[in-house]
Amino acid sequence: MSRPTGHRAAARGRPQRTAGRVAQYAALLAYLLFLAFPFLWLLSTAFKPPRELARVHPTWIPDAPTLENFRSAFDEQPLLPAAANSLFAAAVSAVLAMVLATPTAYVLARHRSRFSHAATGWVVISQAFPLVLVIIPLFLILKNLQLVDSRGGLILVYVVWSLPFALWMLTGYVRAVPPELEEAAAVDGAGRLRTLVSVTAPLLVPGIVATALFAFITAWNEFFFALVLLKSPGKQTLPVVLTHFLGSEGVADLGPLAAAALLATLPGLVLFAAVQRRITGGMLAGAVKG
Amino acid sequence: MRRQLPASRPGIGRRGLLAAAAALPAAALSAGCSGGPPPARGGRITLRFQSLAWQRDSVRTNKRLVAEWNARHPDVQVAYVQGAWPTVHDQLLTSFEGGEAPDIIHDASDDLAEFAYGGDLADLTPLLPDRLRRDIPRQSWAAGTFDGRIHGIPFLQEPRVLIANRALLRRSKVRLPEPEHPWTWDEFAATARRLTRGSTYGVAWPLKEPVSVTLDLALSTGGRVFHRRPDGRTEIRFDAADQVVPRLIHDQVNVDRSAARSTLGMGGSDTLPGFFAGRYAMVPLGFSYRQQIVQQAPRGFDWTVLPAPKGTTSDQGVSPQTLSVAERCPHKEEAMAFIDFLLSPPNMVRLALGDWLLPTGQKALADPALRVARHDRATGTALAGSLRPAPAQSVRGYPEWKDKLATPGLQEYFSGGIDEKTLRGRLVDDGNLVLARYQR
Repeated sequence: MSRPTGHRAAARGRPQRTAGRVAQYAALLAYLLFLAFPFLWLLSTAFKPPRELARVHPTWIPDAPTLENFRSAFDEQPLLPAAANSLFAAAVSAVLAMVLATPTAYVLARHRSRFSHAATGWVVISQAFPLVLVIIPLFLILKNLQLVDSRGGLILVYVVWSLPFALWMLTGYVRAVPPELEEAAAVDGAGRLRTLVSVTAPLLVPGIVATALFAFITAWNEFFFALVLLKSPGKQTLPVVLTHFLGSEGVADLGPLAAAALLATLPGLVLFAAVQRRITGGMLAGAVKG
Repeated sequence: MRRQLPASRPGIGRRGLLAAAAALPAAALSAGCSGGPPPARGGRITLRFQSLAWQRDSVRTNKRLVAEWNARHPDVQVAYVQGAWPTVHDQLLTSFEGGEAPDIIHDASDDLAEFAYGGDLADLTPLLPDRLRRDIPRQSWAAGTFDGRIHGIPFLQEPRVLIANRALLRRSKVRLPEPEHPWTWDEFAATARRLTRGSTYGVAWPLKEPVSVTLDLALSTGGRVFHRRPDGRTEIRFDAADQVVPRLIHDQVNVDRSAARSTLGMGGSDTLPGFFAGRYAMVPLGFSYRQQIVQQAPRGFDWTVLPAPKGTTSDQGVSPQTLSVAERCPHKEEAMAFIDFLLSPPNMVRLALGDWLLPTGQKALADPALRVARHDRATGTALAGSLRPAPAQSVRGYPEWKDKLATPGLQEYFSGGIDEKTLRGRLVDDGNLVLARYQR
């Protein structure tokens, strides 16, 4: 009797499971659309002629798609030099942040002490300070160091700004690497350096890549520090140049602004798409291989 | 640098790690570039001119004028620096602090008070050429004058006008106002009621930033809000003359419903789609919005520019765009010579056309190019004589009063959230406490 009952229960449960799965996918799709909406809107706006930008019922697909907004954007503002400046600042600050954060995170994760707990706590607390609280003292410090209007000054700020979160993220990744793997390597005769380079570091690569990506995108998108610290037009970054499409009282040259903003979002998207596998590949798969 | 990575190995320890941490940013900094104002090369002076031009024609005109100056003055070169309206205040504030400010500064008169009183902007009074002094009328000079010193040369200004759907106006058979015979505020209110039919509102007030609109238009009914006392201090009042325009807007939204409630939180551009679709018959906007309308209106859309309504006078407040020279600029006379060139009558006309605005200079205003009927440019030009400096702009503490008290207060009042008495309490009682901090 029990077997047929079980089959019936399973048969009853199957449609419920299917309905549940459908609901899950529907929710996921809705969430994806929610996330993608600003980007899709930007994409649509960037290809619309001016008359289509001022409709009460806007369409997703432009009736008369045009590249005129892109041409205007490049004609009006130095987008390429600004993008090069952003790329330089974001890439260097991301690399420096990783160089500093990786060994520090290792120490904080592996050598537990009252100091490491306090340091981790301070890292988390430091995230709570709003930008406006630090900008004036920071500006005065950089001014005294003659680092205002300097790419180096901006990079230093970006490194410091992204370091707490990078440390916090990387500490988690390091903790997730089983210490037993390092102990096993030591038992096999590997020295500390060899263990770090050959065992721990490969397992941390996905974490480092994810954290570096975070640091890069934070710096790439950053606006306020770049506005305040860089004065020479040749050093301005892309987010600052994007404001040049805005007039007073919120008026905007919407088409070229959308085109430029679309171009500004592309490096982040491309970078994320390129390294996505490494991030989602996960550390545990690496641990099994190791 | 990568070779320093195994710093965590035994023997190097924390100290080595810290040393590496300290060394890395220093190494990065040594590779970075640091800047400052462009130096004089071989006796040649280079001045930095920060422009806030943002529309394509305007940017092009400014750059061309700079190129023309540079071609004629090989010893005094001007470098064009692009600024932006939304960020100019913060950017200038930190630039002055850091000693990195541009030499010639484009801004608006209502943004200058802090810099003028703070000693960041040069007193241009002794440097002004007679030609320029005579060309710009006295009421315009008042906009750039602080404590009797000229810190900003007003050169472009924007009257507030009514942009109207001409087809709807014709259908309602109302009298079309002209600059010489504008509507009174009562006529305007009656017209808005008449134009309100079905899903069409008579008027849409875009009041995302309600303070300057309200104060500028209140000048027509004698409202000043900011009053100078005999002892030289400024006090805020909200008397009968100050209340006429805010009450009219409030009543249009909340009493006769001839104004759309949904546009109260909008900027001017946000109302245009509804205007083109016939949902709003009239929209009070700045004169330069004509450019957007020309670019974005559906083909065949029939629109017109009407003068703003009048009260006891046709006056309205404006905060003209200005040119200033940084106090730290070592070449003030050369900077003034460039400004004089930029603001010569023909160049002022070019700047005005590029920005779709009005020049302040009388000779430029007389230019036939600014008196054409196309896009109702002549209507705006005819209003130039009624433009006065906004009374609040030179008052210390005005930005804080505007942001913390007047903007939220007026927004709540217009949407019906608070009554006039509560609004008055916020604007006057709380406002005078704010001003008192700046006038000690």
